[in-house]
Amino acid sequence: MNMELRSKDLLGIKYLSGEEIEYILDTADTMNLILDSGNKKTPHLQGRSVVTLFYENSTRTRMSFELAGKYLGANCSNIAVASSSIAKGETLIDTVKTLDMMSTDVLIIRHSMAGAPNLAARNFSASVINAGDGINEHPTQALLDVYTLRKRFRDLKGIKIAIVGDILHSRVARSNIYALKKLGADISIAGPATLIPRDIEMLGIKVFNTVQEAIIDAQAIIALRIQLERQAGAFIPSIREYFRFFGIDDYRLKLADENVLIMHPGPVNRGIELTSDIIDGSRSLINEQVRNGVAVRMALLYLLTRRKMK
Amino acid sequence: MNYLIKNGYVLSPGSNLKGKYDIVIEDDRIKLIEEEIVIHSEKDYDDIIDASGLYIFPGFVDAHCHLRTPGYEYKEDIETGTRAAAKGGFTSIACMPNTDPVADNSTVIEYIINRSREDGCVNVFPIGAITKGLLGKELSEIGELKFAGAVGISDDGNPVEDPGIMMKAMQYASMFDISVISHCEERSLSDGCMNEGLTSTMTGLKGIPCACEEIMVARELVLSQYLNLPVHIAHVSSALSVQLIREAKKRGVRVTCETCPHYFALTEEALEDFDTNAKVNPPLKTEADRIAIIEGLRDGTIDMIVTDHAPHHKDEKNVEFQLAANGIDGFETAVALTIDILFHQNHVPLYRIAELMSKNPSVLLSINKGVIEVGNTADLTIVDTKAEKVIDVSLFESKSKNSPFNGKKLKGTVLYTIVGGKMIVRNGILV
Repeated sequence: MNMELRSKDLLGIKYLSGEEIEYILDTADTMNLILDSGNKKTPHLQGRSVVTLFYENSTRTRMSFELAGKYLGANCSNIAVASSSIAKGETLIDTVKTLDMMSTDVLIIRHSMAGAPNLAARNFSASVINAGDGINEHPTQALLDVYTLRKRFRDLKGIKIAIVGDILHSRVARSNIYALKKLGADISIAGPATLIPRDIEMLGIKVFNTVQEAIIDAQAIIALRIQLERQAGAFIPSIREYFRFFGIDDYRLKLADENVLIMHPGPVNRGIELTSDIIDGSRSLINEQVRNGVAVRMALLYLLTRRKMK
Repeated sequence: MNYLIKNGYVLSPGSNLKGKYDIVIEDDRIKLIEEEIVIHSEKDYDDIIDASGLYIFPGFVDAHCHLRTPGYEYKEDIETGTRAAAKGGFTSIACMPNTDPVADNSTVIEYIINRSREDGCVNVFPIGAITKGLLGKELSEIGELKFAGAVGISDDGNPVEDPGIMMKAMQYASMFDISVISHCEERSLSDGCMNEGLTSTMTGLKGIPCACEEIMVARELVLSQYLNLPVHIAHVSSALSVQLIREAKKRGVRVTCETCPHYFALTEEALEDFDTNAKVNPPLKTEADRIAIIEGLRDGTIDMIVTDHAPHHKDEKNVEFQLAANGIDGFETAVALTIDILFHQNHVPLYRIAELMSKNPSVLLSINKGVIEVGNTADLTIVDTKAEKVIDVSLFESKSKNSPFNGKKLKGTVLYTIVGGKMIVRNGILV
């Protein structure tokens, strides 16, 4: 298959077609071969510059992008927001325009506010990749998640997947719901009623207030991070109570399919979303997700810059 | 100066006029209204307007706008604001007190009135603050505001959070016969930037439940009923608010209310692509709400259309959605939206539109406008309901351009705005 992504940017999964997602995942397969080989340096992005602009903290996403760029031969730079002119009050648009003038080829942006990458993309001539914007989307996380699932199931059509936890504050949940829907999966979600966004059932998914109902016969479970820093609004009474009603342990897991796979976008709160036994156990894909993240991001960088060359 | 307006269709519910009449204006007054005024000599008139096929409304009255003066003249000032109002067909406008300094004292009210006499081309009526500094703690000097020329009181932009203060405001204002206009927003629910629903879920923008408005609408209805005193609800935007007000009116509660064109023109879907020009408070709601607003306008539940003209500098809109200012630049699109959506698409009669945009807001503010009658000040707006026009913000008279309707083609346009016998807009062009 040889196609082209329609947009210069990757702002969200909601803007991608199912074919585009498949195409990115197919390309990631090739990139995984590079990761497997001893020589992790290819010329795909030689002479290209990739800039990461992260307004929020991150270890794995930023490092994953940076390594993806480096393995493909790009020049990668990171802007440390705290010591940049952003700290002097520069607006997002002005920062982005400045980077555009310095002929950045791909700008990877993480921001605490939904839609910030869209605003950046409108003011930037080259490609913008959303590395997470507020509670809106985290498209590359969803791509690596569906890539990881697709490696196990080949085709996600009709596969039963449960997403459990703080859906309201989760950009990972939203992007995964869009991606899994586009690939035909059967999605159930569960979380405390205060953490389920309004009207989300209109996306064509099943919504439950008990984790037990959501994971019945599930072939994969995506547990979401309880964002301790966001719980100030009294969404849940305590972490202890959360684990009692929504935590996943071996006992509850018996309700799921016998070969159920466990995923988590990380960083994990051990003993809150999942027990340590499950995190470190044989069903867990958590480490594989991280590895696949690099391959998927290599694929994206390649496809977006190749698009630009034409 | 005298004019003759020939062959126009006059719509004036305040004087029971509905039909083809010729009108003579002499100096600042309406001198004659007759079915046919024969022209003996064209020299008898300084000007003759042929209004064949056009509708003559009592000059439109906007009971809720922001002129940003004093303090925020970089967004709008009296000159640009009143020019925009005139272009949009408004002959009288009432501006809200959230200026800097706040219009919570007679000095600021007098300043606005004096500046308007110098710089304004339409009648400007200031609204004073309910509470000092719009802080919701202590009542403003409401009597002094009234005597300085304020035509209503409101903390618009802010709710009066404390029901005890609101109750005292209604009681105290009743001594001076001045309307209390309530901005309904329950602050513990309003920490968001758009309506809570499918679109907020899909954009990741923090939602504000519609209950945020409705809870305070219900509170004002209870207070009004308890005190048997009037209250006016600003910018109604939700179906349940309309229903609550409809039921209250039925049992005799002395409530009036307003809505804005964007609440019957747009829904929350306008925000799907993070368009900050459609960010407004109260936030745009769903299609069901939009339809309920139109029904409320039709059946008399909603008494008037106001613009809530809220100009903002482009730098306040061209930012992350969450940081963008709330508000829509409304003067120059309101009439076109009303004619297109209410009259053409939803068959709300033009006579009802004259009540909604001329008569009822004049009654609310007790400003003796909104009626075409011999001897009255000649404030008239002449509309071509058939002419189509594409909204182009670059042609706005307003200093600001924050309209979500840019590029939209609308049927219905203002051709003449006459203020106190002076022709301010002629053939759609500001003179």
